[in-house]
Amino acid sequence: MYGQKITVNLLTGFLGSGKTTLLKRLLSEPDLAGTAVLVNEFGDVGLDHLLLEEVDEDVVLLQSGCVCCTIRGDLKEAMLRLHGRAHNGEIPNFSRLAIETTGLADPAPIVATLAADPVLRNHYRLGNIVTVIDAIEGTSNIERFAESRKQAAVADRLVITKSDLTGAHPTSLNTQLQALNPTASIVLGGTGEPVSQTLFTDDLHDDKAKQAEVERWLARDDDDHQHHTDDIKSFSIETDTPLDWAAFGLWLSMLLNHHGQRILRVKGILHIEGIDRPVVVHGVQHTIHKPLHLDRWPGGKLGSRLVVIAEGLSPADVQVSFQKIVIGKRRDA
Amino acid sequence: MCGLCGVFGVQEHWSDNADGKRRQPAHAERMHRLGTAQRMLKPFGLSLREWAGRYVIANRTGKSEVIEHLGLLWQAAERLTGASCDPLDPAYLEQL
Repeated sequence: MYGQKITVNLLTGFLGSGKTTLLKRLLSEPDLAGTAVLVNEFGDVGLDHLLLEEVDEDVVLLQSGCVCCTIRGDLKEAMLRLHGRAHNGEIPNFSRLAIETTGLADPAPIVATLAADPVLRNHYRLGNIVTVIDAIEGTSNIERFAESRKQAAVADRLVITKSDLTGAHPTSLNTQLQALNPTASIVLGGTGEPVSQTLFTDDLHDDKAKQAEVERWLARDDDDHQHHTDDIKSFSIETDTPLDWAAFGLWLSMLLNHHGQRILRVKGILHIEGIDRPVVVHGVQHTIHKPLHLDRWPGGKLGSRLVVIAEGLSPADVQVSFQKIVIGKRRDA
Repeated sequence: MCGLCGVFGVQEHWSDNADGKRRQPAHAERMHRLGTAQRMLKPFGLSLREWAGRYVIANRTGKSEVIEHLGLLWQAAERLTGASCDPLDPAYLEQL
């Protein structure tokens, strides 16, 4: 396990949505055999996994931090402890860590914890965030609870469970989820449906999967450039003009510093001056990951396209600001 | 890297290099970033200079802070001005 980072998959979803049942099914997949599990609490569905630990929810607020940048001190300790025990031979080595959150958890502090700590970053990297939505209560939960909306908005994969119990395809829930998060793939995960390990395994760090992953983000958003529920909007910023990396980095840092709590996800590709290949940027709230490269442009089309999922922000205001600060500051402008 | 969380001994930022590699940007690139940041700070009455691989941000009265990387720029700017630095503010955009 040394020399190679351990992929962390975050499994979240509202109370009673079926997270543990899904996790139990995923862990039976052969390719996920070397997966360690951290859970906030042991639920009704027993997990008899070899590498299973419980973590108390002990959130520490950074002195200078905002709520979404709280650091989960408990989680950090648990992750380092697991790594240390594998290193000492007390438990088997593991190549993947699945973290199952509580039903009311905000995923952002978990992402921030992983990104903020240099030791954790050295051993772990964030993989897909998988959010479980219950076909029976999902629509109601999304309408009534901000926690449920946020869990859906930050996901890379949305899994609709219990669809076998409703007797009909959850079309309206599907539409609702697409409006909340057009970049995530939506799959059915009821007990009668096959569950694929690719929910965890195919991600941006997988050289074979990353091109298709980014193309999917952008294709899903092709239908319309703006989707919204009552308070969460997803919109895209597009330009054919090659961007100045310095101006883009300063603009996005400034935007996230001031509005980071309201920006749930940012995902996209950029055409940067002097770089032939697409540069992939992605992040959750204040946390932006290091940029990655793709080998080719999605659809063969050069250009920048940034998908933003935000709560209470005017897409037009963000676009005007981007135009003025990033496009207006090109080196030859 | 989270700008707010980056204060804990982290001396790199996601925007350091577009290729995602862990290294200092080249001198010319650092100077270009410095110039771009200076233009963005000017409407707030703030100045920025490079110092020993770090940056010093200062207000008009000379009060200053050393920051490790530009991911910490806007938090420092808000502390020194005592006001918000909002990139969506039409009045700010007008002054650029």
